Amino acid sequence: MKTQSVLEKVLKSGNLAVTSECGPPRGTSAAAVREKAELLRGYCDGINVTDNQTAMVRMSSLAACILIRQMGLHSILQMTTRDKNRLALQSDILGAYAHEIDTVLCLSGDHPKFGDHPMASNVYDLDSVQLIQTVKQMRDDGKFQGGADIADPPKMFIGAAANPFADPFELRVARLAKKVNAGVDFIQTQCIYNVDKFEQWMEAVVKRGLHKEVYIMAGITPMKTAGMAHYMKKRVPGMDVPDEVVDRMASVPKEEMAEEGIKICIETIERLKKVEGVAGFHIMAIEWEEKVPEIVKRAGLYPRPEV
Amino acid sequence: MITAERKPMEEIVECARNFSRVLLVGCNECVTVCAAGGRKEVGLLASALRMHFMKEGKNLEIIETTLERQCDPEYIDELADSVGQVDAVLSMACGCGVQEIARRYKDKHVFPMVNTKFMGASERQGVWAERCQGCGDCVLGITGGICPIARCSKRILNGPCGGSTGGKCEISPDVDCAWQLIWDRMKSLGQEDRYEEVMGARDWRTSRDGGPRRIIREDMAL
Amino acid sequence: MEKSNNTFEPVVVAFCCHYCAYTAADMAGSQRIAYPANVKIVRVPCSGKVDAIHLMKALEKGADGVYVAGCLEGDCHFNTGNIAASRKVTKVKILLDEIGIGSERIEMFLMSAGMGRRFAEVATEFTEKIRNLGPNPVKAAADKAVG
Ligand code: SF4
Ligand code: SF4
Repeated sequence: MKTQSVLEKVLKSGNLAVTSECGPPRGTSAAAVREKAELLRGYCDGINVTDNQTAMVRMSSLAACILIRQMGLHSILQMTTRDKNRLALQSDILGAYAHEIDTVLCLSGDHPKFGDHPMASNVYDLDSVQLIQTVKQMRDDGKFQGGADIADPPKMFIGAAANPFADPFELRVARLAKKVNAGVDFIQTQCIYNVDKFEQWMEAVVKRGLHKEVYIMAGITPMKTAGMAHYMKKRVPGMDVPDEVVDRMASVPKEEMAEEGIKICIETIERLKKVEGVAGFHIMAIEWEEKVPEIVKRAGLYPRPEV
Repeated sequence: MITAERKPMEEIVECARNFSRVLLVGCNECVTVCAAGGRKEVGLLASALRMHFMKEGKNLEIIETTLERQCDPEYIDELADSVGQVDAVLSMACGCGVQEIARRYKDKHVFPMVNTKFMGASERQGVWAERCQGCGDCVLGITGGICPIARCSKRILNGPCGGSTGGKCEISPDVDCAWQLIWDRMKSLGQEDRYEEVMGARDWRTSRDGGPRRIIREDMAL
Repeated sequence: MEKSNNTFEPVVVAFCCHYCAYTAADMAGSQRIAYPANVKIVRVPCSGKVDAIHLMKALEKGADGVYVAGCLEGDCHFNTGNIAASRKVTKVKILLDEIGIGSERIEMFLMSAGMGRRFAEVATEFTEKIRNLGPNPVKAAADKAVG
């Protein structure tokens, strides 16, 4: 074991791991964070806390991670290299580890253009691959990126994202390999709606043996409405929502759409369980956290293993 | 070249409003090529300014001139006489030229007439696009001759990010994804295998992060 | 205002391409088709030869309206001079709006050498348009300052 991370333990045990996500509030309410996290207690092995997701200002990921950790739950610190340079990123990692947060997700983040501060300067001192390298060096060599020694280095379990649906498709496996070279331990993928394409990607991943070097968790997001399906298809960069999914959501009456969305999501999980190399699921129920327990149960992923 | 665009007329008019004699100086280099601040643009702007103030019943006297280069002291010196005759200098050069005038003529107001944009190339007649950010440690040799720093919206060195769609950048369908371009070039150069080499964290000291930069060439000193 | 409009005789400068509009003007003359004497013709070898600064200078020096007349689309003797000219006119229109002179004071027209009647119509209509707009505000302000 590289770390004390519960997520690492579950993955290592060979069980399908489950992570979920919690977006901090656009305000100061600690109660709002706790409320969301409480819904997930017992249903996942780690809770990702988003970092100014879609470039909208929210309570800091680190602060919300601490609140959740203090509840005895395991938060996963999402970090984008968009808002912070390497000094700030590394100091957050030290701070997180001091609060017993031992799992981190390294991202480049959405461009500020998409958020509520399109006029902001974007940092990108590092990119996501270089952040992985940095955290790994902190953990394994006990050194900061700049080379100096760290007193009591943080033992972080290092995650990153992968989007099998972005272009060029032929690079998507190579880019994963690049993250593996940089030292990533686990991957959470972009939400999967185009299962065929995901399987194609996974096949190539397995062919190269990358699934043996990194745990790959499949990203799942339930759709609430046909409108949401349409929006994701059209507006969210790097999202691949096939017409069948949009049509299926639109084919049921409005009051049944939510249930249809959950059904799609469970069917997807069932299908993906059979795909070689899938080590778990990352269930992102955006502003719909209360549905996570139901999904986890109906998908046969409950109870979570004791590790 | 350095590209620029004339400032909005409103802003220019406000710069000139409080003066009765000004010197309007163009530059024969980059800003001439990108049609922002060469001799022609000096003529047009002077005419427009005069008309604007005439219409308000005010007479603005404008001395028009265009230097070979506004970023070299020897050319800036040529302005000495005319600068002496005016209340302010309006420069149509890039920010470098404006500052050279300010440096040489310490007691004279100088205003920029253009917004200096970027170091770029002409993609076709009338279209210029950013190509280089002067990072001070060029990586073009390993990125297929396409700059990830200037042309990737997130200046990422291990791209493409997850937002690349159909060859375009996540920020806009009008912007090419630099990493798609890099990858296409790597393929045509037969260098696909090099893609997976991780480019490590950069030393940005060679860029503006290290403070204002200078080049000193002792061999050229007079 | 009323009064000044009644006595106002606009000065209109027309940059006419040698291969079309200029010949058309000749033809109008020989066919005795009248057009206003307000229009002062400047012969140019191609409408593309007219530069933004020429349009500006004409207005600055007191013209009330300026137009460029070039060959019909596809008929330019130098292939694309007329297209270049109309782009320049568009650019100067924007500038004129920016400085509060008004883009209506300049225009681009296309015609062929044989269109004597069209030449006269354009000259008449444009002159009337400028008459309605009133004097070039630059000149008006200068006159007022002097008077
Ligand atoms: S790598 Fe640096 S020097 Fe080279 S083109 Fe890009 S910004 Fe310019
Ligand atoms: S889409 Fe391409 S150009 Fe845009 S930020 Fe991502 S890698 Fe850079």
